[in-house]
Amino acid sequence: MSDPTPPSGGPPGPAAFRRERIDRGIKVRSDDIFALASMRDLAYLIVPRALAGVLLLGFPLLESLVSPYWQTVILNTLVIALLALSWDFLAAAGLLSLGQSLFFGLGGYLAGALNIWLGLGPLFTLPLATLGGALISTAVVFPLLRLRGIYFGLITFALPLLLMRVIETTGLLGGTEGLSGLTPFPSRLVELYLVTLAALGVTAVFRRISASDYGLLFHAIRENERAVVAAGFNIQWKKAQAVFIAALPAAFAGAFVTHRYQFVGMPVFALEYSTLPLTAAVVGGAGSSFGAVVGSFILVPMSEALREFGALRVVVYSVMLLIFTVVLPEGIFRFAARKYSQRERRIPIEGAHV
Amino acid sequence: MSEPILRVEGLSKSFGKVVALDQVTFELARGGALGVIGPNGSGKSTLVNLLTGFVSPGGGRVEFKGEEITGLPPHRIVNLGIARSFQMARPFYQLPVYRNVVIAVCSPRSRRRMSAEFGDRDEAAIHLLEDVGFERDSPVPWKKAGDLPHGYLKRLELARCLALDPEVIILDELFSGMSLSEIASVLPLLQQIRREGRTLIMVEHRLRELFRVVDSVLVLQFGRKIAEGAPREVMAQREVAEAYLGAEVVADA
Repeated sequence: MSDPTPPSGGPPGPAAFRRERIDRGIKVRSDDIFALASMRDLAYLIVPRALAGVLLLGFPLLESLVSPYWQTVILNTLVIALLALSWDFLAAAGLLSLGQSLFFGLGGYLAGALNIWLGLGPLFTLPLATLGGALISTAVVFPLLRLRGIYFGLITFALPLLLMRVIETTGLLGGTEGLSGLTPFPSRLVELYLVTLAALGVTAVFRRISASDYGLLFHAIRENERAVVAAGFNIQWKKAQAVFIAALPAAFAGAFVTHRYQFVGMPVFALEYSTLPLTAAVVGGAGSSFGAVVGSFILVPMSEALREFGALRVVVYSVMLLIFTVVLPEGIFRFAARKYSQRERRIPIEGAHV
Repeated sequence: MSEPILRVEGLSKSFGKVVALDQVTFELARGGALGVIGPNGSGKSTLVNLLTGFVSPGGGRVEFKGEEITGLPPHRIVNLGIARSFQMARPFYQLPVYRNVVIAVCSPRSRRRMSAEFGDRDEAAIHLLEDVGFERDSPVPWKKAGDLPHGYLKRLELARCLALDPEVIILDELFSGMSLSEIASVLPLLQQIRREGRTLIMVEHRLRELFRVVDSVLVLQFGRKIAEGAPREVMAQREVAEAYLGAEVVADA
């Protein structure tokens, strides 16, 4: 496929050039034949994926080289990445959520409660809080699934704040004090690997889902609910499934953070856990899973670097969100992926002279 | 005499003070084809929405194969075997054409049958598109649905209905926005659908083309049924001519 653009200013020289863009890689997929032209094509496909994986998996091994500060930053980044993945999955099903901290907080509190009252260690609380948190989240959100677009967003925005006040006034789950003195992870290495593997795994699984016929339905619901109903689907039920799947990584992130800080309290419902993932997914590129991770790796370290500016950091987020929605709505990841798979070459236009 | 596949009794619906459908009663035999006509705002689309459960009825009952389906949610009605198309053909614009059909192929009603017949859902979708006149070897089924011309979108709607293997197909203004040649190419398809034993309900404004498919018509005006019967007899009735054609003639003038 070529996409010739009209001759631009071009380099100095006698002949005019036109630019031609060529898509690299494999665009053809017939039933079960995957055409790979050469080892180069293979490398072109594998290298970026392998690179990201190796870097992420290799990082914890540098434990002794990287300062504890930057280890913390990476941990926070990956936690936000999990939340951004969760937001992205919901958005792909047409459910615009402004309240990722709901899932996050429920997972966190559940892990804390299981740990302190039943004495279960992280080995049990993590899976239980992930599943249980996602189930409770789905039950809470279920009655709201009829709402569409911004109405759904507004309610999800309010829910975590509401839960926060309930905990504050009733004193349930430790009230304003929170639950402290929880079991920590055995080591920093365990923390790093746990969250890295979770982020990689969730990215892979979410991409797999969105490519499948099952994921196709979520896309269809986003585009035209009525037509999905007309195909005989109970979309309320399908949306609940989307919420459950999306809530899994967020609840896991909550449980993870709870054990990491050995504490869970009202801040898990903070606005930041809703806005930061959203911004990360938009900056990175909504609808592509990878984009959510890429966006987190840009935003979270940046926000650390800007720490000395204090409250001004929020302004920086907002400006970035603005710039990206206007200038690069496809997000950094898709833009980069497109550029990566296109080669540009200049072809002199014969007979034309500037 | 066999049991009618669809029996509608006193079906009514009002939106606020506006009576959209008022005590409509009719029966439809299996394999029959009914045209629903009437001026704009006479309640045709409301009738379709009530029959398919997209709008809950205000009164009356609908029986499908002798069992009441009034008030069932729309997806249950679809899975019983009543499929519909929409007046405004709105595909999933960002998806390739064949993926649009795959969604219907995945539906609870046809999932098992389709995979038994074709093995692969993509294959089943391509096959259905072929049935409604998309060429298999052309790139059209792989195009984005948003890039299709209007006539193709209507065929896509048909393919989505047929993917559900319905016993009753309700087509809401299939012909609107189609050129005469496009309609001419769809007519054999509709006759084929009838030959397969499926029951057809068509809401239409294009009467001449409609009468080549259906064997009876039902005329609505202000939400009330004012006539029913064979097309020729119905159109000869003075009331129908005044209500329906009169309005059309005035509108055209």
